[in-house]
Amino acid sequence: MVPLSHYLGLSAVLFVLGAAGFILRRNIITVFMCIELMLNGANLAFMAFSRFLGKLDGQLFVFFVIVVAAAEAAVGLAIIIALHRNRESLDIEDVDSMKL
Amino acid sequence: MRLEILLPLMLLPPLAGAALNGILGRRFSQGLVSLIACGCAGLSMLVALLTAWIYSAAGTSLEPFAHRYFTWIEAGDLTVAGALYYDRLTLIMTLTVTVVAFLIHLYSRGYMEHEGGYYRFFCYLNLFLFMMLTLVTAANYPLMFVGWEGVGLCSYLLIGFYFRRQSASDAGKKAFIVTRIGDAGFTVGVALLFWTFHSLDFETLFARIGALAPGELQGTLTAIGLLMFLGAAGKSAQLPLYVWLPDAMEGPTPVSALIHAATMVTAGVYLVARSSILFAHAPQALAVVGAVGCLTAIFAATIALTQNDLKRMLAYSTISQLGYMFLGCGAGVFAAGIFHLMTHAFFKSLLFLAAGSVMHAMSGELDMRKMGGLRHKLKITHATFLIATLAISGVPLFAGFFSKDEILAGAYEGPLGRPWLFWVGTFTAGLTAFYMFRGLCLTFWGESRVEPETARHLHESSSKMTAPLMVLAFFSIVAGYVSWPRALGGGEAFDQYLEPVFAPAQQALSYSHGSGAEGVSTGVLMGLSVLAALIGIGIALWWYAKATEIPGKLARQFHAVYEILVHKYYVDEFYNWLIVHPLGALSEKFLWRVVDEGAIDNVLVNGTGRASAGVGGVLRRIQSGNIRSYAAWVLLGAVAWLWFVVATH
Repeated sequence: MVPLSHYLGLSAVLFVLGAAGFILRRNIITVFMCIELMLNGANLAFMAFSRFLGKLDGQLFVFFVIVVAAAEAAVGLAIIIALHRNRESLDIEDVDSMKL
Repeated sequence: MRLEILLPLMLLPPLAGAALNGILGRRFSQGLVSLIACGCAGLSMLVALLTAWIYSAAGTSLEPFAHRYFTWIEAGDLTVAGALYYDRLTLIMTLTVTVVAFLIHLYSRGYMEHEGGYYRFFCYLNLFLFMMLTLVTAANYPLMFVGWEGVGLCSYLLIGFYFRRQSASDAGKKAFIVTRIGDAGFTVGVALLFWTFHSLDFETLFARIGALAPGELQGTLTAIGLLMFLGAAGKSAQLPLYVWLPDAMEGPTPVSALIHAATMVTAGVYLVARSSILFAHAPQALAVVGAVGCLTAIFAATIALTQNDLKRMLAYSTISQLGYMFLGCGAGVFAAGIFHLMTHAFFKSLLFLAAGSVMHAMSGELDMRKMGGLRHKLKITHATFLIATLAISGVPLFAGFFSKDEILAGAYEGPLGRPWLFWVGTFTAGLTAFYMFRGLCLTFWGESRVEPETARHLHESSSKMTAPLMVLAFFSIVAGYVSWPRALGGGEAFDQYLEPVFAPAQQALSYSHGSGAEGVSTGVLMGLSVLAALIGIGIALWWYAKATEIPGKLARQFHAVYEILVHKYYVDEFYNWLIVHPLGALSEKFLWRVVDEGAIDNVLVNGTGRASAGVGGVLRRIQSGNIRSYAAWVLLGAVAWLWFVVATH
């Protein structure tokens, strides 16, 4: 068996990569892909615990996460399209008008 | 008619009149305003007369009557009732106050006719009457203090009646502030009284004080007595708190007559008389009262010698006569002090009202150097002024003689009488006669020094004003007859009448002091005081009616003395230097600039604003609009939370 710690390590790596990319990348689409990456990292952790504890609760929760991720991706892409129409740019630095 | 109904019935009409005139008076005609005001004052007077009659007829007028109407304060140990008290002293006071007040209300109808603020004047005058009656009928010290403060308020309002004139508004403030100093003493005295005896109700309190052994609680009682006298000294213009009264002449003349001659300034004397049992058990305090009264009497009389303003001279005369009243109480002959209070109310208010009549005729001029020979045009005013002058000078058969003589006799042989009190008092009587006749001569007799412009308008006042003058003149003669001196074979009925009121005090004093100096008969004392008066009158007539160049020569010869007297011993300047300017400087430079503007405005109020703005300025940089920084903060927060959860497990 692959030990649990390996799964959790991979999950952590995925999450951190997603977080880092989310903060560091400029393209909005790339930021969204990083969000998905973070979600999948979490999913992996849930699945691993579900397998190793022998309960189905984790897998059930993964379903929820996937559904939410899908909905969120849809909404987010809609926002991006609207933004692109107004600003002609996909740079996240250009979306900065919500400030004092 | 039950007394407990009559007493409020005496107090309430002036209050109602004040309310009515105050709220709606602006729309009333002058006739309606004066009808309401004089009507209420007259009603009060009639009820006072009725009360006096019923109280005396009941045959129990030896006992005081008291009635609780409602409980006013209830706080732990302290219970103060809204209660009124009526005994023979109250009877004298209410009659004097209401009669004089009513006459002055009538006089004011004529006097204030062409001044502005007619309804306001009568509103304040009625309010004053209500407050004064509350003062004299109160059954406990707090209620008396309500009246005390109330008359002080009305005094301020009426002195500053012509408030657009700077000097008038300043005078009002001065009166209120100086009497406030006295009031502070009064309040502390009352507090001390409660702390010692656990009651402030007259009947209970006086019984407890009376039950003390002679010499018991001396220190406390003396302290209380002195503090209360401080209050009386403020209200009744004695040394050192007299400085407001001359300035109070800025008010309309009826105000000077009512408040600053006959009634409010006598409140201090009433306080001392009412608290006679307290002072009797604290003879040292009483001795101070007598000494201060005597010194004030001569001090003010010396100033009055050189005053050129008619009303100011009368003001100093009032201070001096009030000194006599305190001398009487202070020597232990309280009844004599009250007797003089009563006679003085009549002739002093008459003097002021006559002065007002003169002022009217002289188109507002009050400098006696610009008068003279007025008796030809102002016959009634002159006659009444002459009668009042004879009364105040202590000429036999006029009211002042009887009362002043009783005080001087008491100053010599009363329980706390001392010879020096008598001699100074008699000398002052001589001075009084002198300056009053000086005033009479300068104003009414001799050659006319009136300026032609003013002389054209000289006229006797209307009957609205002269009628009260005549009534007061009548009283200035007969009011003395209620107490024919023992030296002339009489029974001193007035003193006998007030005997039940002052008996406990007299008894207590006789334990400790017996009687004062002896050896000289009352007749001799009387003769001496009459002699002093006649000498004073004689010199005045000589210097002001015959050889009129003498005063000028003396003034030039004794230049320094004259200057000191004319400038009133520079007391006002001294007070300004000692108290007013330092306080003013402290208030402006420290309390205003440093504390108010600097500490409170700058540090607390503006500082809070600046601090908020500063912190806000820093914190708002989080809201940069940069999405990546938002994301970073969220991540940071999540990590912190996670760390927190993991680390505490």
